[in-house]
Amino acid sequence: MELVMAVIIGALTGVAVYLLLRRSPVRLVLGIALLGNAINLLIFTAAGLSARGVPIVAEGAAALAPPHPDPLPQALVLTAIVIGFGITAFALVLLWRMHHATGVEDLDRLEEEGP
Amino acid sequence: MSGWLAAPILIPLAAAALLVLVRGRRWRGILALAGAAAHCGSGLVLVAACAGGGHLVLAVGGWPAPYGIALVADLFAAIMVAVTGLLGLLVGVYALGTDDLMADAVFPPLAQVLLMGAGGAFLAGDLFNLYVWFEVLLIASFVLLTVGRRPAQLAGAVKYVAINFLASAMFLTACGLLYGKTGTLNLADLARKIPADPATGVVLTSASLLLAAFGIKAALFPFFNWLPAAYPTPPVAVSALFAGVLTKVGVYALIRLFTLVFVQDVGRTHALILVLSVATMITGVLGAAAQGGLRRILAVHIVSQIGYMTLGLGVWTPAALAAVMVYMVHNMVVKTNLFLVVGAVKRLRGTEELARLGGLWREHPGLSGLFLVSALSLAGLPPLSGFVAKFVVIRACFLAGHWLAGAVALGVGLLTLFSMVKIWLEAFWKESPDGAAAGAGPAVRPLGAPVWVPVLVLTAITVAVGLYPEPLLELAQRAGDQLMDRAGYIRAVLGE
Repeated sequence: MELVMAVIIGALTGVAVYLLLRRSPVRLVLGIALLGNAINLLIFTAAGLSARGVPIVAEGAAALAPPHPDPLPQALVLTAIVIGFGITAFALVLLWRMHHATGVEDLDRLEEEGP
Repeated sequence: MSGWLAAPILIPLAAAALLVLVRGRRWRGILALAGAAAHCGSGLVLVAACAGGGHLVLAVGGWPAPYGIALVADLFAAIMVAVTGLLGLLVGVYALGTDDLMADAVFPPLAQVLLMGAGGAFLAGDLFNLYVWFEVLLIASFVLLTVGRRPAQLAGAVKYVAINFLASAMFLTACGLLYGKTGTLNLADLARKIPADPATGVVLTSASLLLAAFGIKAALFPFFNWLPAAYPTPPVAVSALFAGVLTKVGVYALIRLFTLVFVQDVGRTHALILVLSVATMITGVLGAAAQGGLRRILAVHIVSQIGYMTLGLGVWTPAALAAVMVYMVHNMVVKTNLFLVVGAVKRLRGTEELARLGGLWREHPGLSGLFLVSALSLAGLPPLSGFVAKFVVIRACFLAGHWLAGAVALGVGLLTLFSMVKIWLEAFWKESPDGAAAGAGPAVRPLGAPVWVPVLVLTAITVAVGLYPEPLLELAQRAGDQLMDRAGYIRAVLGE
């Protein structure tokens, strides 16, 4: 399972880096979104994958029964997803406004429109 | 006492929430200033509490470290919170008088959010919270950068957002890898667990990712190109706040991680930081010499100054870390002041391009004098704070045997003087070019108290630190010793 995840993370990161290096604003946003998701998967995988049980303490028990996944990475990833969503949304609006204000569709030409 | 640790986060949060609701210009001004003043005050309380050399630790929600969220203050963090609050207050005063910023929908609340993010980052006791606070800070800065929405601003913001997202992605990757390796993200717990697990590939990879991530956020060589594109474009008050606070949070995070967590392989990591710092100083100061706009010159100079700060980290002695602290305080004060003076010049002349400025000395000797004090302080002339700061940094270099780095720092100081003299000659001393004389500029507005007060206060601080540096030096020395005492930090947080 780790191997499959590693391949998926690698592929997502590769596609994201390729998109980030393109000159189109839309691809920049797609790259941002994909890279964020690749890293979320990486946190999950690095912290250990486990298909057994849920991390909820049973009624009456004092602690978790042994075969359970680590709940912390899930909390981390949840936070990272929210932040990533916010940044992607802001980047979309920013690039749209930038396009309206400058008419630039090629990010390499942005310098010429600068101050 | 440790309840005060939440104040630098809760105060700006409350102020920001209220500022969203309040509409009137006057009330917004009062709220914004009160929030920043309270933030600064809580920072001073933390400094007083930590001045004896102890740590303050708050386990949020009663969950003890390393399981819960810990807020930790040592003297270094406390000083940074206090100075950030002071700058927030003074920039708020400046914003009262200019550009209708207080009436702007987003500036007043988001300036508070920026202060909250900085406060949280300074006090965060674990890596993931540091990440979250950095994001709070960055998202606020993204929006502040685009206040006014001029095309140049939007172009600068695109670069800033893209490169900062990449930095955050590296930061998060390092979090994931470190958690997978050690099972903890609490800084003290990491510091304890990593040495038992000698510098393996995962630890070294995480350290490199974090060095690159904070290198981008602090504008270290070779990651600094976004800064000159972004900083000179927004309204002056925003530029000044960024110049004083933003990159310094990156420097702070670098220092925190590379004094507490990643000290297994100092010969490699800190030597690399030293080399990067020297390159940062040189490229920054040479890049600044080629610029033509006032804020562009100053923005590129920020890069060069960042080099001095990380230089102390690379040298890696208690004296050098103390020197970093002095340098950071000096630079935050002086840099913000220079940006505010540029704002005043811009109000008087309607431009900040050197080619179109001139004759300010004859017409505005007071403002010119204040600029000269700050500029000479930045260049490191006695008896100003810059002299003290550069002196302690360079002395620490020489004492540790880093002769070349110390010599470069001296040379860069001379080149800084060159840039400052260039601004002085072009903008203040030479005759004003035709059409730019007083009254002929497009937007001549008189300077009111909101401009004079922050500039005078900041100038007074740089002179006072220069003439009477003992208290700051002593405080910095204690903070430097505290940073080197990793066992003390771990004991304070984990209670062993």
